[in-house]
Amino acid sequence: MDETPASLRWIGLALLALLLALPSLATLAGDPAWVSLATRMLIYALAAVSLDIILGYGGLACFGHAAFYGIGGYTVAILYRHWQTSEPLFGVIPGSTQFLVVIPAAMLAGGVLAAAIGALSLRTAGVQFLMITLAFAQMLFFLFSSLSQYGGNDGMTVRRRNEFPGLDLRDDTVFYYLVLAILLAALFVAHRLVGSRFGRVLGGIRQNERRMAAIGVQSYRYKLAAFVIAGMGGALAGALMVNQARFVSPDMLFWTKSGEMMIMVILGGAGTLIGPVIGAITLTGLEDLLGRIPGWGEHKLFAIGLLLVLVVLFGRGGLYGWLRRRLR
Amino acid sequence: MLNLAVEQALNGLQLGVMLFLLAAGLTLIFGIMGVINIAHGSLYMVGAFLTAYTVAKTGSFLLALLAGLAGAAVAGMAMETLIMRRLYARDHLDQVLATFGVSLCMNEIFSLLFGQRPLYVSIPPLLDGSIEVVPGVPYPIYRLAIVAVGLMVALGLYLLISHTRIGMLVRAGSTHRDMVRALGVDIRSLYTAVFGLGALLAGLAGLMAGPVYTVQVGMGEQILILTFVVVVIGGLGSIRGAFLAAMVVGLVDTALRAVVPPWLKTFMEASAADALGGGLSSLGVYLLMALVLLVKPRGLLPAHG
Repeated sequence: MDETPASLRWIGLALLALLLALPSLATLAGDPAWVSLATRMLIYALAAVSLDIILGYGGLACFGHAAFYGIGGYTVAILYRHWQTSEPLFGVIPGSTQFLVVIPAAMLAGGVLAAAIGALSLRTAGVQFLMITLAFAQMLFFLFSSLSQYGGNDGMTVRRRNEFPGLDLRDDTVFYYLVLAILLAALFVAHRLVGSRFGRVLGGIRQNERRMAAIGVQSYRYKLAAFVIAGMGGALAGALMVNQARFVSPDMLFWTKSGEMMIMVILGGAGTLIGPVIGAITLTGLEDLLGRIPGWGEHKLFAIGLLLVLVVLFGRGGLYGWLRRRLR
Repeated sequence: MLNLAVEQALNGLQLGVMLFLLAAGLTLIFGIMGVINIAHGSLYMVGAFLTAYTVAKTGSFLLALLAGLAGAAVAGMAMETLIMRRLYARDHLDQVLATFGVSLCMNEIFSLLFGQRPLYVSIPPLLDGSIEVVPGVPYPIYRLAIVAVGLMVALGLYLLISHTRIGMLVRAGSTHRDMVRALGVDIRSLYTAVFGLGALLAGLAGLMAGPVYTVQVGMGEQILILTFVVVVIGGLGSIRGAFLAAMVVGLVDTALRAVVPPWLKTFMEASAADALGGGLSSLGVYLLMALVLLVKPRGLLPAHG
C-alpha cells in the first residue's frame, strides 16, 4: 500500500499500547466504566472497518449496515432464548451460549443476509443502491419490531454472556481483551484482503467499472463478495455488542445506526483501515461526553449532526487524512 | 365486503397522494441537480409543526396553511443556498451524509422548540364530518380533500413541467444540464427555485398530515424511507414514475394492513396476530420493491438520460 509517515506509525503504536494498558489505567483512575466504554468503541470500530470495505474500498454507498449489525445481535439473543427454554429454533436448531458456536452462527446469518440483499441491490448503483440498502434494513427493523416472542419493540435482555472455554467473559476486562484481539485479527485479515488481487480488482471497479468489465472482470461477483464479507463483519460486531450490553432491541437495526456507522467511516477517513477505527473511537467518545452535559445530554445529536455537516463540507479525508497531512 | 374494499381503496389513495407529494419533490431535485436529500423528511416535519403550532396559537386554519407552506419553502431554499450548493459537484455519499447531519440537527431543534410530545391538530370545521361515497360507506371529508388536493397538485405539476417556460428549463436541465448553463440560463436561481418547489410540496404533505397522523419529531424519517421505496419503484428522477409508484405503494400497503392481521387471527391469538400482522404488512412494499428490481432494475418508468 502507500507509505505511512514514520511519526504516524509511532502514533499507531502508542494508541495500541494505550488500548492494551487501558483496563489497568481504569483501575488506577478508579473508574471501571472506562472498560465498558472502551469495549463499545472497539466493537463500533469493527463495524466501521467492515462497512469501509464496501463504502471506502468498494465505493458503494451502503446505508443499511445496521441490518447486518442487528442480525448478528439477534442471532446471539435468539440462540440464548432457545437455549434457555431448551426448545429448538424452527424445531431443529438447538439454542446455544457457546461463544465459539454463536459467533460463527451470527457471521453466517450476516453473510447469508448480505448475499440476499446484495444480490438484489447490486443490480443498481449510486443513489438507488443507497436507497435500497436503507429500505431493506428498515424492513428488517419492522420485522423484528413485530416478533413478540423475541421482545418486539422493547427488545429482550440476554442474561449472560456467551461462554468461552478457559476464559471468564463475565469479567469486563477479560471480555475487553477478547474484543481487542478480535479487532486486531479483523484488521489483519482486512489488511491482507485489500492488498490482495481481490482488493485491487475491487479498487479498479471503484475507479472505473466499465474498464474493468472490458478486461474481463465480472464486477458484479466481486462487489457481491465484498458485500458479503462486510455483512459478516457487521454481524460479528453486532454479536459482540449484544454480549457486551446483554441486551438486544430493534434499535440495533434502526436506520440512524447505519448513519452513525457511516459517520464513523467518513469522520475517520474512508478507504483506509485505521481511519474507521479512529472515527469509531472519536464518535463513541464524543457521544459519551456530550451525553454527560446536564440538561443538554438528550440533544447531543444536534452537535453530532452539525459536526457531520462541517466534516463533509470542509474536511477532506477525515481525521486520518488530516493527521497524515499534518505529519508529512 | 365491497364496502370495506371501497373504504380501503380510498385510504390507499390517500396514503398514495401523500407519498407522491414527497416523492415528487425528492425525484425532481434528484432529476435536476443530481442531489439526494435525506433531510427531505425534515421539510415535511417543518410544514406539519408550523401548521399545528399556528392553529394552536391563532385558531386560524388559513394562517396556519400559509405558515406551513411558507416555512417549508423558506427552510428548503435556505438549505439549498447554505449547504446543498456546495455539494452539487461532490459524490452522493457526501450529499447523503451532509443532509443526514441536517436532519439530525432539525430533529433536535424541533424537539427543543416544541418538546418530545406529539401535537394534535383538529380538522378544519369546513372539512369536518363525513359523506357517503357509495351508499352505506361514510368516508371522512377531510381524507377525500387530501386525495383531491394531491391529484390537483399532480395535474398542476404536469402542466407546469410540460407546458411552461420554467418547466422547459427543468426538463432541459435534467437531461442537458451543461447545455442549459451554456445557453445563459441562470442555473443557480433555477436550482434554488426547484429546491423551494420540492420543499413546498413536502410542506404541503406535512400540513395535511397533521389531523390524520400525529405531529411529532421523527415523523419525517418514518415516511421518508417509504418515499425512497416509491422513488426506486417508479424510477429515479421520473415524476410520472413517482406518481404511478406512489399509488401502487399506497394501495398495496393499505390493503395488506387490512387483510393480513385478520387472516393471522384465524389461527393465532389476537394480540400476537396484531403485532406480527403489522410487521408482515409493512414488509409487503419492500418485497414489491425487490420484485420490481428483479424485473426492471431502473424502475417502472425510468427517466431519460
